Amino acid sequence: MYKYNDFDEAFVRERVAQFRAQVERRIDGSLTEDEFRPLRLMNGLYLQLHAYMLRVAVPYGTLNPSQMRQLAYIADKWDKGYGHFTTRQNIQYNWPKLADVPEILSALADVEMHAIQTSGNTIRNVTADHFAGAAADEIEDPRPVAELLRQWSTDHPEFQFLPRKFKIAITGSPNDRAVTKAHDIGLRMVRNEAGEPGFEVIVGGGLGRTPMVGKVIKDFLPKADLLPYVEAVVSVWNLLGRRDNKYKARIKITVHENGLDTFAALVEERFAAIRPTFTGVDQEILSEIATHFAAPEFISKATDAYDAYRLANPAFASWSDTNLAEHRAEGYAIVSISIKKHGQTPGDATSDQMRVMAELAEKYGHNELRISHEQNVILPHVHKSDLPAVYQALREADLATANIGLISDIIACPGMDYCALATARSIPIAQEIATRFEELKLEHEVGPLKIKISGCINACGHHHVGHIGILGLDRAGVENYQITLGGDGTEDAVIGTKTGPGFSYEEITNAIERIVLAYLDLRESSEETFLEAYKRVGMEPFKSALYDAEARAHAAE
Amino acid sequence: MSRQFTPKVVTANHLLEGDAVWLTADDRWTRDMCEAELIEDEAHAEIRLLDAQRDAATVVGPYLVDAKEGENGPEPTHFREAFRTRGPSNYAHGKQVEI
Repeated sequence: MYKYNDFDEAFVRERVAQFRAQVERRIDGSLTEDEFRPLRLMNGLYLQLHAYMLRVAVPYGTLNPSQMRQLAYIADKWDKGYGHFTTRQNIQYNWPKLADVPEILSALADVEMHAIQTSGNTIRNVTADHFAGAAADEIEDPRPVAELLRQWSTDHPEFQFLPRKFKIAITGSPNDRAVTKAHDIGLRMVRNEAGEPGFEVIVGGGLGRTPMVGKVIKDFLPKADLLPYVEAVVSVWNLLGRRDNKYKARIKITVHENGLDTFAALVEERFAAIRPTFTGVDQEILSEIATHFAAPEFISKATDAYDAYRLANPAFASWSDTNLAEHRAEGYAIVSISIKKHGQTPGDATSDQMRVMAELAEKYGHNELRISHEQNVILPHVHKSDLPAVYQALREADLATANIGLISDIIACPGMDYCALATARSIPIAQEIATRFEELKLEHEVGPLKIKISGCINACGHHHVGHIGILGLDRAGVENYQITLGGDGTEDAVIGTKTGPGFSYEEITNAIERIVLAYLDLRESSEETFLEAYKRVGMEPFKSALYDAEARAHAAE
Repeated sequence: MSRQFTPKVVTANHLLEGDAVWLTADDRWTRDMCEAELIEDEAHAEIRLLDAQRDAATVVGPYLVDAKEGENGPEPTHFREAFRTRGPSNYAHGKQVEI
């Protein structure tokens, strides 16, 4: 894992000191809110519905146990004993007091963390495949490049006043777990004909009010060209991007309005101009960074205990069926810890749970933790012989829910329970859907199904790429939920299609149940997933299940 | 005939705590909306908003919002404002347990 050098340490400490003085000046009245607002946003501090909210960066979703413990400490000391993990692999505290925030930032700096550029019109936290460095299908660990991008983008003088925010995602695997096609820049590691690793570069993806699947601007970019090329893309957009209308400022609109070919030609021109100025220092830094990400010393030992426990304990077997993923090392597994027990808030972990996960990472997980964009926590390197012990500890901490990839593994933004931008609530909808399918005992039969919920058009809950997407809106002063079907956030990214009129807060869970029951009726076999079935039969059977039943019910009234 | 003015309250977030507060008739900021001044006149509403904006050392982002007369004082008419009087629905946090 990356260790701060003297420069990083001094930079982060200096920012804390600056912010401390800025908060003091705001409180004593020397700064107006208009003056203070951009300063607090630069440090991840929002003002929400009921309180301030501090968004802390978890760079490319990687944490070590002492960082996780510090997050727990902060939750206890300055918040309400929990934190909320987000779809951008960050953690948010929902209840900090303004005067405490400098202390919180200082406590974060103690463990090499910060909240810099988690807001504002800057390059945000670079997100990565949460299985990076562990996945069996991976070409290379993308995190050294992600760290290089973090260092390059942090306080980059050219990119502090961008037309709008800018999000980069990176994966080292052909199976895209980082939703790269829904980012301003998506980087997918691929091999060229000579077998060398490089990147496919995708631009102009994004969700929000104008959802677009990113377009490939470069089939193969050699690794050594990555930084100048990314800089060229951001640089071209920085000049071309529309500052007259914030809804048209994102790069997806720039690429759409100018056309991919024109945009690509401008990028090539800019790239040719700046490439010579990259003299190789970035590559030296990259190789130094890469040493921090050396794979752990994997141990070779028998897995009999795992096999025996699977046979002896059906609950463990069920959990290992859903919550484990294939590891690249023999005898190892990737453990996804669900922080979405049925009825709980997706993405929330208590300070006690954080400490348990930190301890498990230390004892059984080569000191690594990850936050996934699906709002779960990952132990990327666990030997199978340790899984029974890990499972037992998770059970005791209420963290052993066997639902990864299933209907209750719902992404939900904070929605109008916290967010000042929201138009409706998301969290209680997620809670109710998860609880409903738990009561119906259907979710394992239904199989892989991704529900994603956003509480406004900005789509933090990724609803457009949910197999079932739910968007909460304010319709004439009442919460109303619009459904989309067929979205897909993988390498085959698709934006979901609206079913038709939305449903009330009271009706939305019934509507989702009707969709799922219709799927169970029409699927060809239990092997055919919801998404496959939707692709085969299209919208009509689901529409009929949704609206004809409703019409019948009204007719019967 | 001019259109009917919908009664309003002035609300904002507290600078230090960040929580929702409402302006009272005697120029205090209250955490209990029932104590807020229900403003029935458009011109007076504008003046009260200006008063609130002058108090930038105490509150952030004051605005006028629709309200109605309730049993114990002003009540919200929109669900967003109702949530602001209570707190989140997923935990017993915020005003629903603090007031």
